[in-house]
Amino acid sequence: MDSRDKVLDKYSSKIYKNRKEHVIEIDGGEPQVIAADTRAIPGIMTNRGCCYAGCKGVVIGPLKDVVNIVHGPIGCAYYTWGTRRNKAKGDENTKDFTQYSFSTDMQETDIVFGGEKKLRQAIKEAVEIFNPECIMISSTCPVGLIGDDIHAIAAEAEKQYGIKVLAFSCEGYKGVSQSGGHHIANNGLMKYIIGTGDAEPVKYSVNLLGEYNIGGDGWEVERILKRIGYHVVSVMTGDGSYDHMKNAHTADLNLVQCHRSINYIAEMMKTKYGMDWIKVNFIGLESIKKSLMDIATYFGDPELLARTEAVIAEELDEIEEGMAYYKSKLDGKKAAVYVGGSRTHHYINLLKYLGVDVVLAGYEFGHRDDYEGRDVIPSIKIDADSKNIESITVTKDEANYKTFHSPEKLEALKAAGVPLEKYDGLWSDISEGAIITDDFNHFETEEFLKLLKPDIFFSGIKDKFIVQKSGVPSRQLHSYDYSGPYAGFRGALNFAKDITMATYTPVWNMVQAPWKSEPTLVGSLGGME
Amino acid sequence: MLELTPKKVSDRSTLRINPIKTCQPVGAMYAALGVHQCMPHSHGSQGCCSFHRMFLTRHFKDPAIASSSSFTEGASVFGGGSNLKTAIKNIFDIYDPEIIAVHTTCLSETIGDDLNGYIQDAKVPEGKLVVHTNTPSYVGSHITGYYNMISGFIKYLSMATGEKNGKLALFPGFVNPGDMREMKRLMKLMGTEFIMLPDTSGVLDAPMTGTYTMYPKGGTTIPDIRDLGNCEMTLGLGELTSEFPADFLEKKCKVPYKTLPLPIGVENTDAFIMALNQFSKNEVPYEIEEERGQLMDILLDSHQYTHNKTVAIFGDPDTVLGMAQIALEMGMIPKYMVTGTPGAAFDRKAAALLEKFGVEGCTAKQAGDLFELHQWIKNDPVDLLIGGTHGKQVARAEDIPLVRVGFPIIDRYVHSYMPIVGYKGAIRLAELILNALMDRQDRDCEDEDLEMVM
Repeated sequence: MDSRDKVLDKYSSKIYKNRKEHVIEIDGGEPQVIAADTRAIPGIMTNRGCCYAGCKGVVIGPLKDVVNIVHGPIGCAYYTWGTRRNKAKGDENTKDFTQYSFSTDMQETDIVFGGEKKLRQAIKEAVEIFNPECIMISSTCPVGLIGDDIHAIAAEAEKQYGIKVLAFSCEGYKGVSQSGGHHIANNGLMKYIIGTGDAEPVKYSVNLLGEYNIGGDGWEVERILKRIGYHVVSVMTGDGSYDHMKNAHTADLNLVQCHRSINYIAEMMKTKYGMDWIKVNFIGLESIKKSLMDIATYFGDPELLARTEAVIAEELDEIEEGMAYYKSKLDGKKAAVYVGGSRTHHYINLLKYLGVDVVLAGYEFGHRDDYEGRDVIPSIKIDADSKNIESITVTKDEANYKTFHSPEKLEALKAAGVPLEKYDGLWSDISEGAIITDDFNHFETEEFLKLLKPDIFFSGIKDKFIVQKSGVPSRQLHSYDYSGPYAGFRGALNFAKDITMATYTPVWNMVQAPWKSEPTLVGSLGGME
Repeated sequence: MLELTPKKVSDRSTLRINPIKTCQPVGAMYAALGVHQCMPHSHGSQGCCSFHRMFLTRHFKDPAIASSSSFTEGASVFGGGSNLKTAIKNIFDIYDPEIIAVHTTCLSETIGDDLNGYIQDAKVPEGKLVVHTNTPSYVGSHITGYYNMISGFIKYLSMATGEKNGKLALFPGFVNPGDMREMKRLMKLMGTEFIMLPDTSGVLDAPMTGTYTMYPKGGTTIPDIRDLGNCEMTLGLGELTSEFPADFLEKKCKVPYKTLPLPIGVENTDAFIMALNQFSKNEVPYEIEEERGQLMDILLDSHQYTHNKTVAIFGDPDTVLGMAQIALEMGMIPKYMVTGTPGAAFDRKAAALLEKFGVEGCTAKQAGDLFELHQWIKNDPVDLLIGGTHGKQVARAEDIPLVRVGFPIIDRYVHSYMPIVGYKGAIRLAELILNALMDRQDRDCEDEDLEMVM
C-alpha cells in the first residue's frame, strides 16, 4: 500500500469517497485531475477560512487609504486587525488606515431590529473623524441573514458625503472557502473603482496584481521593476490604495502574482480595457528571471531588455555567495508545502534551487486551474456553492479601450513563451511521486508527516506548532514568521537564511532528555559481589 | 503611528475603533481546551473556527485544536442540524476525543439552531459525550463566552449525588496556563483539595518532546467535572468572570459560592489565601509566608521608582481591576482603566478600588476601546501602559513604555507560562513594571544623570 492509500484507508467509507478525489500522487504520466473548490466536510479540521476572510481579510483590507468598516459583531473586525502582515505606509498625500480596526460592533438589539441605522451612523462618524476619500463596508454572517441592505446604504452615503462608498456582501457562509470572498472583492473593485481615475498614461507602466506586500514583498518587487524602468500604476492590493487603483486602467500590462485571488480582475480588465496580463512569479531566482524577461519581451524595447539583463546580473551577483552557502546546508532535504491557493506553487522552484524537493503539497482553497492549469477552466463543473458567488460580466469601455499589441504580435509572443493569459498551475513544476492534498486537513497533515518524513514543513500558524511538536521544523508561508521579504532576489536570500536557521537551530539536538537514552541507575545486582 | 487619531474626543456612539474585546466563541474555545481530551467545536461557518484557532495559537504559541460545522449557504438557510450530526460522527471517528464541547456563533444563533435538539438526535458513541453552550457573538465578549462554556459543562455533567467530596470548586477566571498552575500550587501548599475548571495548564503550555499528541496530559477530567456538584463550596476568582458559573453551579447542585478578585497583587492574594485557609482549616505554611515577605521586601525596596507614576490599564475586566490593585499597592495612580467587555459592575468596582486607596481623578470605562483611550492619553498623558499587544501602537505613538499583561499577547513569548497571580506573580509584575520604568529613566536621562546604582 502506498502512502496515499495508507492515509485514506483510515477514513470511514463516506469520507474516503470524498477525500480520495482530493488526494493524489503525481505519477508523471497524463495530466491528473484533482477535486478542488468543493465543500469542506463538517467536523474535519480543515485549514480553510471563510468568504469574509477572503474579501476583507485578503483583498480589500490592505487598501491603505480606505476606511474598512466591518458590519457585524466585533470578532470579525478584531481578527483581521494587523494580523496578516500586509505592510503599508502612508505619506502626506495618502492616509494609512491599516493600523485601525473599524466595526459596527453589532449587539443583540441590532440583530433583532436590524443594523442599518447603526451602519449609517458608523459611516457618519467615520466621515466626521477621518474624512476619508473611500469607505468600504464588509458584511459578516448575521448581516446577510437579517437582510440589512448595505448596498443601498453605501449608495446613499456616497451621495450624502461626496466620497466613494462600496459595500461587499461577503458573509462568511458564502462559497466554500476564502476563495468566494476574493471573487466578491474583485467584482466590487472592478465595478466601482478601477477606471474611475483620470491620470495620464505613463510609458511602460504595469499593475501588480495579487501582491499583498506580506513582509514587504511588494516593495521588493517594485524596487526591481523601477530599477529596470517600469512605472507601477497600482498594486493590488498590498500597500495599495484607492487613489492609485482608480487609474489602474491606464497601465499597459497587468502582472499577476497570486492567480487565485485576483485572476478575475485580470480577465475583466482584458475584456473591458484590452489590457493584456501575464502570470509572473517573483519568488525564486529562476522564476524572477523568467518573469522579468517575459515583461521585457512583452514591451519589446531593446533598451529595456538590456536593462533587465543588467539588473538581473547585478541582483544575482549580490546574493550569489549567500545562496551557495545556504544551498550547501539544505541540499538533499525534503519539504512539505501547504499554503493558500497559489503560493505553494510559487515556492517550488526556489526550494528546488536550494536542493530541496517538495514531497507533499497542496492548497487550502485553490481551484482545479491552480493545480492543473487554466486550460481546464472550461471543463470545471460549477456546483451550487460556487453558483452562489456572483460572476459579473464586463463589456468593452470604448473610451478607455486600448491594445498594446496586434493579435498577431500577441500570438507571436505566446509562441515565444510569454505566458499571456496563461497559467499552467502547480502540475508544471511539481516532482513525480509527490503527494498532493487539496483542502488539506489536520488528520492528513499528521499522517503524511509520519509517512513522508519531510525535513521542513511550510504552512500556517494553526499547523506550525503541531508540526514542530512532532519534531519537524516548520515555517509559516502566510506570515513568513514575521520575517521577509521573501520575494525578489534579496528575498530569496532571506528565505534561504530563515529555513537554514529553522533546520539548524541548536534546540533540535537537545529535544531528547539524556535520561531517555542513557541508563540513569548505576549499580550492581544483588548477590553479584 | 496612529497619526490619524485626533486629539479631540468627539461624540462617537456607534463606530467601534480598535477594540479591547473580541467575540464569545473564542472564549468558549479556550475554556473547552481546558478540559482533558476535549474537542472544542464551533457551530458556524469555518472562518470563525479558523480565526479563533489562529488567535489562540498566536497567544499561546502552542496548537489550539478545534473543529467546525463548516456551514455553507444551504446550511444557513435550512439550519445546521445535519452539519452538526455529520461533524459529531466525523470527529469521534477521526479525532477520537472523550468529549465534544460545541459552542455556537452569530450565524447559528441568528438562524436559531436548536442545539439541545440536535445533540439529543446525534449518534454519540457509547461512553463519549457531547455538550454545548450558546455563545452569540453579538452579546458580551470573549469573557462571556468563556464563562458560558464553563456553565455548559456544568449543565450537562455536574451532579450532586448527595455525598460531599470535601473539595473546593475553583473557577480560575480568564487567565493563562501559568496562572492556573500557580493557583494549583498555592492550593496544594494550603492542603486544599480542589477541582478547577477549566485547567489549560498542560494543554496550552504542553512540553516539546518530539511527539505530538492531540490531547496532552492537562485539562480538567470529565469525572472531576461531574464531581463539581459534590464540592463543599465554590471559589470564583475574577468576580466579573467567575460569578456566573459559580451561581450556575449553586443553582444546579446547591454548592454555595464565594467570589473574589483575581489574586493579582498583595491584598487580592491575601484574600485568596485567607479563603483557602478558612476552607481547609490548615495553617498557612512557611513557604507562602516567605513568598509574601519577599514581595513586601521588593515593593518596599523599590517604591521610589513607582510612587505617583500614572498608568493606563486596558484589557479584560478582572485583569484590569487586578492590575489596578497592584498598581495602587505600588503607589501608582491608575489614571485610566478601560475594558472592552460591557458591564456596569466594572465601573463600580473600579470606583470602589480608588476610594479604598483614597485616589482621585482617575477614569474607568467599560465597553470602551483603544481609540478613545489613546485620545485621553493625548490630552493627559501617563507614564506607563499596561495591557495586551494591541497597546503597542499607542505606546509607540505616544512614546510610553508598555508592560504586556493579559490577553491577547501575540507579539511576545514565554508570558503564558509565567503567572501574574499569587505573591510570586506579584513579584514578577513588580519586576516587569520596575524594569519598564527604570529602563525608561536610563534611556531618557542626560549622560551626567545616568545612575550606576539605582
